[in-house]
Amino acid sequence: MKELTIISGKGGTGKTSIVASFAALAKDKVMADGDVDAADLHLILAPDIKHEEDFKGGRTARINHDICTECGECIERCQFNAIAPDFVVNNISCEGCGVCVYFCPVEAIEFPQNICGKWYISETRFGPLVHARLGIAEENSGMLVTLVRNQARILAEERGFDLVIIDGPPGIGCPVIAATTGASVVLIVTEPTLSGLHDLKRVGSLAAFFKIPTLICVNKYDLNPDITNQIEDHAKKHNMHFVGRIPYDRAVTHAMVAGKSLVEFSDGNAAQAVRELWGRVEDFLKI
Amino acid sequence: MIISIASGKGGTGKTTIATNLAVSLADQKEKVQFLDCDVEEPNAHLFLKPEIYETKKINALVPKVDKDKCDFCGKCAEICQFSAIAVIGNTVLTFPELCHSCKGCVMVCPKDAITDTERELGVLEKGRAGDIEFIHGRLRIGEAMSPPLIKAVKETIKPNHIAIIDAPPGTSCPVITALRGSDFTILVTEPTPFGLNDLILAVEAVRVLGIPFGIVINRSDVGDSRVVEYAHQEGIPILLEITDQRKIAEAYSKGIMMTEVFPEWKEKFQQLYQQIKQREL
Repeated sequence: MKELTIISGKGGTGKTSIVASFAALAKDKVMADGDVDAADLHLILAPDIKHEEDFKGGRTARINHDICTECGECIERCQFNAIAPDFVVNNISCEGCGVCVYFCPVEAIEFPQNICGKWYISETRFGPLVHARLGIAEENSGMLVTLVRNQARILAEERGFDLVIIDGPPGIGCPVIAATTGASVVLIVTEPTLSGLHDLKRVGSLAAFFKIPTLICVNKYDLNPDITNQIEDHAKKHNMHFVGRIPYDRAVTHAMVAGKSLVEFSDGNAAQAVRELWGRVEDFLKI
Repeated sequence: MIISIASGKGGTGKTTIATNLAVSLADQKEKVQFLDCDVEEPNAHLFLKPEIYETKKINALVPKVDKDKCDFCGKCAEICQFSAIAVIGNTVLTFPELCHSCKGCVMVCPKDAITDTERELGVLEKGRAGDIEFIHGRLRIGEAMSPPLIKAVKETIKPNHIAIIDAPPGTSCPVITALRGSDFTILVTEPTPFGLNDLILAVEAVRVLGIPFGIVINRSDVGDSRVVEYAHQEGIPILLEITDQRKIAEAYSKGIMMTEVFPEWKEKFQQLYQQIKQREL
């Protein structure tokens, strides 16, 4: 089984628009939305939810004031300043480490597990989709990404599919690491701006750090052809495969507004470039 | 006053708004601090071009086990909620990348066999960009945990300054860490279905934090009218709209600020600040 993860470093370069087109073009695959704290793929794939489950993440301390003697042991030991002088736990500051729970001399602190979000298995016009929604201001986004990936793999096995396509989050931190470690291939979608190039270098180093074969494409390449060339040079120098240039095309936004993937919506330049891009990515996945 | 700039969706123009606001305010002789809290992918330095005068490593405390003192009782593994320490037979394994620095294992060890050592999270850099005090964090490649580095960047905030925080995209812990304690948050969005979906999530996040906020709509003439309708419905002020202009996008691609291409925009960013100040009073 192959796993293709699409990431970008910088946000807003067009990952999800490209992934939606891949969903339309690829056969026999499971789609997974690994951007759990700002998931957008469902807006285009219009999932019909078949299965829904709570995501249980970490725990949060809760002080029972009927038992608490206000001795101050918990406040002193908490490394996160999460307990106020009136012995109320700040849910946002609490990391769920359980140190206060363990050391409370009168066992006044409860430690319930949080429901941090939901995850879903859905059917779409392009086949199955595993997606999730992290609760607002919740932690453990990496854990939820891992769960979505695992479920997508299980589903692919059940259906006899050989491919999982994962729409990854921006950045290089915890959820990106969860979406990329162990993937067969990473596709970086970038844009020809200094920010795009800067962020590509960092996320490219991350993929290299995990030794994952990396493909690069430039979206809106004609915005700055010079930087597009610099990106292509950077790719070559660092053993990454340059697989496509997609021109700026207002049809991308129009397709999004219509709730369609670009390749369903348009036969224009950008749609054509995305088709060619998928052809190259598909060839690479066969290796 | 602390003003943070966030978005939910990436690439909507957070850094553009944050950097142009900072420059426009510095132009009026305001004391401005700029804090790039998008430590995974910091970009503001590409536009403000600060001269960096100080670089400091930021570390997290992780456990170190003295094998001679350890009797493999397993209490450390039991208290650790993050599976960052494990006892298997006569071996103690630590997984520093999973450690949250709660010191539970250090406190619980009956043999005092565990002490603190450090894992590098990244670096904090300080510099000057004209009259602006510039601070950003750069997360080490391969490091998963950004909130402690974001906290370190925010610890440099000075009173009697306008502190402008450029937040990371999304709505999870790094964003919450960046936004907490702000006096006002500007949510930057674009009028597309993705922009709206992620704006709604970001609005929920700032509401959880109890921070007053308003919206800036970037590329306001693309997409559809649903963001504006949503803002009206929710009674959220639209502070500024910027149309989609090739000239702005091209300048951005080269690291040139909007206010350099269109100096008249400085006044609009100054007005943006006045609107925020009035809402705060």
